[in-house]
Amino acid sequence: MKVNNKLISIVVIIGLIIAASIWYGRNNGLLPVAAGDEATLYDGLFNTILAIAAGFFLIVEGVLLYSIIKFRKRKGDEADGPAIHENLTLEIAWTAIPTVIVMWVAIYSFDVYTAMQGTQDLSGMAHGGMHNAVAHVDHAAHHESGGMHSNPMTSKATLASSNNNGVMMAGVIPSEDSDVVAINVSAMQFAWVFNYTDEIATAELHVPVGKKIRLNMNAVDVLHAFWVPQLRIKQDVIPGRETYLEFTPRVVGEYPVVCAELCGSYHGGMRTTMVIDTPEDYAKWLKEQQEIASNDPEAIVASRPPSQMSEQEYLAGKVAQMGMTSKK
Amino acid sequence: MTQTLTPTQSSSAGAEPQKTPWWEFFTFSVDHKVIGIQYLVTSFMFYLIGGALASAVRVELATPDSDLVDPAFYNSLFTMHGTVMIFLWIVPAVTGGFGNYLVPLMIGARDMAFPKLNAIAFWLTIPAGLLLMGSFFVGPASTGWTAYPPLSILTDEHVGQAIWILSILLVGTSSILAAVNFIVTIWSMRMKGMDLFSMPLFCWAMMATSVLALLATPVLAGAMVLLGFDLLIGTNFFNPTGGGDPVVYQHLFWFYSHPAVYVMILPVFGIISEVIPPHSRKPIFGYKAIAYSSMMICALGLFVWAHHMFTSGTPDWLRVFFMVATLLVAVPTGIKVFSWVATLWGGKLRLDSPLLFAMGFISTFLIGGLSGVMLGSAPVDIHVHDTYFVVAHFHYVLFGGSVFGIYAGLYHWFPKMTGRMLNEFWGKIHFVLTFIGMHLTFGPMHILGLQGMPRRVAQYDPQFAPINVICTVGALILAFSTVPFVINAVYSWFKGEQAPDNPWNALTLEWTTSSPPIPHNWVGDPVLATGPYDYGEEYKEDRQEAIA
Repeated sequence: MKVNNKLISIVVIIGLIIAASIWYGRNNGLLPVAAGDEATLYDGLFNTILAIAAGFFLIVEGVLLYSIIKFRKRKGDEADGPAIHENLTLEIAWTAIPTVIVMWVAIYSFDVYTAMQGTQDLSGMAHGGMHNAVAHVDHAAHHESGGMHSNPMTSKATLASSNNNGVMMAGVIPSEDSDVVAINVSAMQFAWVFNYTDEIATAELHVPVGKKIRLNMNAVDVLHAFWVPQLRIKQDVIPGRETYLEFTPRVVGEYPVVCAELCGSYHGGMRTTMVIDTPEDYAKWLKEQQEIASNDPEAIVASRPPSQMSEQEYLAGKVAQMGMTSKK
Repeated sequence: MTQTLTPTQSSSAGAEPQKTPWWEFFTFSVDHKVIGIQYLVTSFMFYLIGGALASAVRVELATPDSDLVDPAFYNSLFTMHGTVMIFLWIVPAVTGGFGNYLVPLMIGARDMAFPKLNAIAFWLTIPAGLLLMGSFFVGPASTGWTAYPPLSILTDEHVGQAIWILSILLVGTSSILAAVNFIVTIWSMRMKGMDLFSMPLFCWAMMATSVLALLATPVLAGAMVLLGFDLLIGTNFFNPTGGGDPVVYQHLFWFYSHPAVYVMILPVFGIISEVIPPHSRKPIFGYKAIAYSSMMICALGLFVWAHHMFTSGTPDWLRVFFMVATLLVAVPTGIKVFSWVATLWGGKLRLDSPLLFAMGFISTFLIGGLSGVMLGSAPVDIHVHDTYFVVAHFHYVLFGGSVFGIYAGLYHWFPKMTGRMLNEFWGKIHFVLTFIGMHLTFGPMHILGLQGMPRRVAQYDPQFAPINVICTVGALILAFSTVPFVINAVYSWFKGEQAPDNPWNALTLEWTTSSPPIPHNWVGDPVLATGPYDYGEEYKEDRQEAIA
């Protein structure tokens, strides 16, 4: 009877821990708004791993607290505890269970990773080994893209996605895809410059909602890293080679673009805004930019070699241009 | 009714304790115990310096603007903080300090295998530290403790960066010398009758650490030499304008610097394995599993470096390999944590400062370990890489882990090292303040990182200000928490209660000699009367009799 009670208590406690962990995984509120398709995938993975971590946390901390209360030395008790050296079954269990869990996490992570970043054919080393293609198309686009889905070499469904309908993989750079908005990004101490066409260069990133965006990134001077927290994506921008980032924005709004790699004195000030526009607003904005560019080509800060500018000039130029190109 | 075991007897029990004259600590002494204390005291000084730098960083971050120091100097502050804490505090304290003091005593040796090499290794760290501190007068390095090129080549602080490189080369050399010494000592100088599986787990940890340091440190030295060439004579190993590749530097740097994390934490795992059994009066649970897990961490630790480079433009297949290897490290680490918890379970916990810090270590290191698993997952890492989530993670590992472990070790072995007991009341105050300060400082940083605050910034988005204020208050509590310890340690060293040879009634060999130990450790030959963790064996016999 006593054994049964003990067993029931253990089952109840483990049940409660699992329930609490799952609840925390779903309701942690730790991440900012998910503004892109990749962010949704990311959040599913993050919340799952967080729930597993919360479970282990509760078990180990619970045992520690219980030990402090239950097993602390009583006054006058100078005896030793029981001479238990090992328990093979227990040790195999607590080796095997975490091994299975971390391998599962690895597979799940790989799955989400490929869905977020795109797979890379091993010959992709020719692209500098930095091809992060995301071909995450919705159903409509997926049907339009036709052959891509049927080609086993360039497509793969994912198990990981919370919306695994139409998550597609592309093993090659889809640069010929007319559906992709390609933007050249130039990073320099301490500013981002976005080139839409040969004429348009802005300090603020505008992207149309629902379209796949492809950033072709170059650094002028030192390492930088392009990061939009609401998109959950980050890529170092490296002088001497081009890096890529692809994503599909989903929620209209304004989000920070942050430099995440230490790039010098004013690294903390290297911030700008990414605006996810409706298609209409985006078209309007592009038109405005074209007009500005045709009227005043000198307005493009990036046209001047950065090596000839002081940090103050950079920052002043950025501030001026922010005001000029902002929607506000 | 059960009795505790009598302390292990040896031929030097009751011998006159060694009284080391104060000036000997300032000499080229070859006694491993003197060198151990030299390392501990020196590194603790650097801990205080590194802590002062950290406090300045946190006070600057109390507001979103850079209003205390200018952004360039701010970069120097955290660069020097990281460098000092890693290369001049944790690594020297855990390997040089505890390793030198304890390894020969634990294996029944008279000294380290190469006593003079040992002294040289210590005395290399002094010019390294002085140089690094001196660089504040010429403009200290400001490119982070990682010193990524091209920034570190193009930096305005050329002289400071060059001094930084030289300083790292010196401590790296010291580390290599120490590693050779430990491997030879542990392998060849164990006393008769002590095989590998009857030596204390701290020695296993030191073995794993030394192998790791020996394999990885030369790569760092190589990276530093090449970086120095790029900086000083204009070569182009890492400079893209001349055809160099900055990503190669990252590979070389992290090939050392990730294993360095294990160099910092493995000896602390060893300390915890030594502190928990005597203070909970139980044998360590799963001796062999803990010993093997140290070696497994050592082996896996060499194949995880590129997880620092998930956003650096590494090929995808590389990211997958390193993701799996990184996640696998959780397994041997988990084995250790579970074994410690099982050791505590059912024990008779003497909740004095050593055990409090050891339990504090487990509870906080656990958080760092779990966030480490999260970071091991490539997609999760890509969002939080180079953010305050990472800052929180590695401080939970290196403060909640290494520093708590170092404190546990200091409270445990202080009586052996000085012949005096530390004051227990002030020890508990120290623990409570450190525990609260640590969680207040680093806990909220997880949220900052996930929400979008990058690391290494002097200016940040005002939306993060309230959480930063909490972190700064925590950091000031943490800074203040060292005061009771410093006063306690200094006062107790001179005026504390006299310590018996074996105040904890522990079973490892260092407790069989006088406190502090005599020169060459024992009068005659040390005697191995029990295993290192045979607590409760008499109880076991009683129980077996009762069952019979």
